[in-house]
Amino acid sequence: MRYIPSIGMEVHAQLLTESKMFCACPTRFGDAPNTNVCPICLGLPGTLPVPNKKAIEHVIRTALALNCRIAPVALFYRKNYFYPDLPKGYQISQYGEVHPIGTHGYLEMVVNGERKRVRIKRVHLEEDTGKLFHYLPGESEVDYNRAGVPLMEIVTDFPPDLHSPEEAKEYLLQLRAILTYLGVCDGKMEEGSLRCEPNISVAPEGAPSLGVKTELKNLNSFRSVVRGIEFEVNRQIALLERGEPVVQETRGWNEESGYSFPMRTKEYEQDYRYFPEPDIVPIQITEEWLNALRATIPELPLAKWERYQREYQLSAYDASVLTADYETAMFFEGCVAHGCEPKAACNWITVELAGRLNEDNKRISDTPLTPAHLADLLTLIKNGTISGRIAKELFDEVYQTGRMPSEIVRERGLTQISDEQVLRAVVKQVVNENHDAVQKYRSGKTGVLGFLVGQVMKATQGRANPQRVQELLREELERI
Amino acid sequence: MALTIEQMRHVAKLARLELSDEKLAQFMGHINALMAHFERLQSLPTESVEPTSHSIPVYNAFREDVPGTPLPREEALANAPQARDGLFIVPRIVED
Repeated sequence: MRYIPSIGMEVHAQLLTESKMFCACPTRFGDAPNTNVCPICLGLPGTLPVPNKKAIEHVIRTALALNCRIAPVALFYRKNYFYPDLPKGYQISQYGEVHPIGTHGYLEMVVNGERKRVRIKRVHLEEDTGKLFHYLPGESEVDYNRAGVPLMEIVTDFPPDLHSPEEAKEYLLQLRAILTYLGVCDGKMEEGSLRCEPNISVAPEGAPSLGVKTELKNLNSFRSVVRGIEFEVNRQIALLERGEPVVQETRGWNEESGYSFPMRTKEYEQDYRYFPEPDIVPIQITEEWLNALRATIPELPLAKWERYQREYQLSAYDASVLTADYETAMFFEGCVAHGCEPKAACNWITVELAGRLNEDNKRISDTPLTPAHLADLLTLIKNGTISGRIAKELFDEVYQTGRMPSEIVRERGLTQISDEQVLRAVVKQVVNENHDAVQKYRSGKTGVLGFLVGQVMKATQGRANPQRVQELLREELERI
Repeated sequence: MALTIEQMRHVAKLARLELSDEKLAQFMGHINALMAHFERLQSLPTESVEPTSHSIPVYNAFREDVPGTPLPREEALANAPQARDGLFIVPRIVED
């Protein structure tokens, strides 16, 4: 029997702000425990929360980018529960059908060459909780640095539109790309600034209703999300095949073992007794404010992806690599604006640059490299001033120092040698010094030509024009 | 609509109140008297009335995103019943 998975996605994104949601405490990650706290985020009596305008604007912009209906009047609610991750006894969040900032939206993506719409139920704003540790038996330890950091929740609509792990992955990729394009979240799953809790069910094809769902937690990377969902889908199918029921529960993912396991959940989880937060006045979102925010939304990843293919004749794959991240896309566009040939710029960005960044675990902005550098380098290659090999070495140096490639070339005389007399002399020398290779060539093993080219390149410190070298070598070898 | 003793127990537990059966019965009387008032209110037609969870005509009281100085850690932890290494200590909240 064929089974159809249905996957709902609940994503939490820490918003990029300097200060917390309802107080001025810094949001810095990794500070010593309880050093970014104040009477408001510690829930001390007599304090009043005041919302961070930038966080609200981040959520409105996200809701716009996700094609949501924007609440003319948005409200905060109290979600009541006793748990030491928030000291107030409640979390300030949003609730209901009409009061979250964004509702009834959708995200568009392309899976297997087909455009697909994933409906978004809501985009809302809340505060993050503190971090709990369980170092010693009989006690738990709490750090409230994260308590009150602005957190955006994005939930897909029901019944789910996502029906495979691949679709869920593409949804998350596209959503992360949108968030980073908007500059509202850094999208780092490993650091927990982007968190994903999918709920998963499977049902036999053609079944009138969905199966029993489980919720998956502890997915700390993209890889975990995909593996976790795949595992859960297969686990549920195996249960149904054996005629056993799927139990509705929250399960935790263990990346090392590759299994999910049942988790204990909070008591009375559903009994949050929401009510409007009396300490925060309503948020009125006027057309004027919306228009101003709309103007700050850049071209979004999907539109860029399509345009790169159309305008620059890049492959779907190249375009997706370039547009996955806003910084990369902007760097590429900068190169094109500097006159680079799009495909050449794309290759250097997705191979050399991406390789270095990956190795050093850096972003482009962490390096001194600018589009002007790459444009300069590509010009040197194009007009034959330097060879491809020299270009790669130069790139490395430019990446580290931020010096202009043409400047280094001038200073060090790295100019490519295309002069026939100079090259022919080296070629003759190499032919004279490599009898064995020459013999092999003459006996029909023309594959050694590459070796001989390499010898010439070596003798010229990589500055010889490899194409000319090959031509001259052939001539010399035929002449013997 | 009156609360049952079971619902009273549930509400007390949500509020982390430990009440004797006697107290529970006593408070149930009080709460149910209140509920009767709400029931009367609920009979009124309110479709055209704006909710008054916020009754003052003030909107959009925001702060700019500018970080301030947090509390010194000693002060933050001063009232904690228990603290160690800069962390608040609370009774264990997960089962082992």
